Amino acid sequence: MYVAVKGGEAAILATHDLIAEERRGDPSVPELSVAQISEQMKLATARVMNEGSLYDPGLAALALKQAQGDSIEAAFLVRAYRTTLPRFGSSLPIETSEMAIRRRISATYKDLPGGQILGPTYDYTHRLFDFALMAEKSDAVEAPVASSPLDQSMPRVPDILGDEGLMEAELSPEGDPAPFDLTRDPIQFPAERDTRLQTLARGDEGFLLGLAYSVQRGFGGNHPFAGEIRLGEVPVRFKPEELGFEIDLGDITVTECQMVNQFQGSKDKPPQFTRGYGLVFGHSERKSMSMAILDRSLKNREFGEGVDYPAQDEEFVLYHSDNVEAAGFVEHLKLPHYVDFQGELELIRKIRQEFEERHASSHTEKTGEAA
Amino acid sequence: MSQQTIDTDYNFGYLDEQTKRMIRRALLKAVAIPGYQVPFGSREMPLARGWGTGGIQITAALIGPHDTLKVIDQGADDTTNAVSIRRFFARVAGVKTTETTTEASIIQTRHRIPEQPLNEGQILVYQVPQPEPLRKIESSEVETRKMHAWSEYGAMHVRLYEDIARYGRVATSYSYPVMVNNRYVMSPTPIPKFDNPKMDQLPALQLFGAGREKRIYAIPPFTKVKSLDFDDYPFEIQKWKEPCALCGARDSYLDEVITDDRGGRMFVCSDSSYCETRRDEGHVGPQMNWAKDQAFINDNSEETP
Repeated sequence: MYVAVKGGEAAILATHDLIAEERRGDPSVPELSVAQISEQMKLATARVMNEGSLYDPGLAALALKQAQGDSIEAAFLVRAYRTTLPRFGSSLPIETSEMAIRRRISATYKDLPGGQILGPTYDYTHRLFDFALMAEKSDAVEAPVASSPLDQSMPRVPDILGDEGLMEAELSPEGDPAPFDLTRDPIQFPAERDTRLQTLARGDEGFLLGLAYSVQRGFGGNHPFAGEIRLGEVPVRFKPEELGFEIDLGDITVTECQMVNQFQGSKDKPPQFTRGYGLVFGHSERKSMSMAILDRSLKNREFGEGVDYPAQDEEFVLYHSDNVEAAGFVEHLKLPHYVDFQGELELIRKIRQEFEERHASSHTEKTGEAA
Repeated sequence: MSQQTIDTDYNFGYLDEQTKRMIRRALLKAVAIPGYQVPFGSREMPLARGWGTGGIQITAALIGPHDTLKVIDQGADDTTNAVSIRRFFARVAGVKTTETTTEASIIQTRHRIPEQPLNEGQILVYQVPQPEPLRKIESSEVETRKMHAWSEYGAMHVRLYEDIARYGRVATSYSYPVMVNNRYVMSPTPIPKFDNPKMDQLPALQLFGAGREKRIYAIPPFTKVKSLDFDDYPFEIQKWKEPCALCGARDSYLDEVITDDRGGRMFVCSDSSYCETRRDEGHVGPQMNWAKDQAFINDNSEETP
């Protein structure tokens, strides 16, 4: 057929070679290893694990390498892989109160049991370039070890407030049913909280951040306090039916954020604080905080708060937060659409022709009258 | 036709058997309720969302080793994404692929229905970007599901009426809504309205997959499909003043090909298989020889196998 579109197959194969060449860059520069990415680009791999919905730092690093650092393309690679994995069961719920804590801060209390643990953070760095990194001569830094170990007990802030009855109680739904599985079942609305939290956990960090910001700036009704943010490792446990006892599968790194929000109370309920919850893989404070703000703003149905802003519209937030789906659909506009475009051309020409005929005839009528 | 060796790293047809079963259950429900959108557990595929993942999952759930697959995009077998999807199935299912409409047992399509009438036993699988015909009228899924449940389609008729009031005609040239089996208003997918009449009483089974939106719907063979219209403004399809420049067909949907930067253009069949078959039969369009001279078309012998 037409030269313009024929030969698609050979051209497609050539694109694969071209992108591989682009990815490698200048061959005189040493190739990046997957281990280098997973060790030295931890925040990037965490993002890929979250948006790819799979905890595997090695594969996330491979995805980043293959995608030239494009986090959405990397998340897509991880998602496409994870759907092919067989499932042998569900782990027991992780217990973040047992976390081996590396960082734990609260903005609601000056001090609290277990204390404020600053841990690794960019928060108090001045954003000035460290040119030693460019020279690749930075010595390995070893942080000093504290004189005493962390407290054994690190109660979660909402639990402290809950003991006083000031915090919205959070109870399992009746009968404690197995949670909805977003990766196996289609999302349906109105969405329950399990659906919401799963969707937010894999949602695009930038999209969630923008929406959370809108809530704070005035396109939303909640004023959040960062009750607690904690980062560390938690064990994942699994109970195989044939064994009948729990086995430890290993540790994963997670960031948990508990936002504390105001609630005025209603006729039936006294005023109390309400929760927004965020939990993500790896060290991802920005994502966990955004998630917690949106979890709370989407509790609007529960608290009779109405839908006045984008961040309160669950269909808007949950349908549009998945960047793998969003990227696919926006980018599908690159596919040929010339059949439909031809339909539009035919239609617009016809309507314009009718418009001109109408215009011409009314013009003749007018000049006819004048004469 | 061509046959490829199968990639044994993946299950036959890529999807695992449990997933295929889940999709087949959704398909059975869809066939039982023509035009109704069945939610299904759409899986992530190695091709991008919006690039045919719904159609690919249906094809993957249906395809067997003895099937012959044809994949078209814009009516043509040689458009890039059609090539990509055909290569995918050749790799993971090792099935025979064809460009000839009559040889295919499964035809996966985007934006067209082939010109060659389809027969009993053939299955047409549509790729669906937006399964909800009411979405542009009502953005909420909760609301549109209610509108379908109650057959509350007044808003759609008002939209068509507003077009007539403003433009003197219904200004929808593709994705033109249809009523299926007198019950559900359905999106025919972005096929041109030219193709809508082919859906009515079609002997072949029509299946629709929306991967990103996680919906499947269907039209069983010999089902009534009517394009929405008014008594005084009946539904009509696109017409061209000239025949296909290459094969001379007057009954096919034509694409406009720009031939130079001075307003030169020719109109040719969007269905490449139909056009080639006609040319092989000896039909010659008005610009056939010119197009050959200008190297706008190759000889068939040079085509990739």
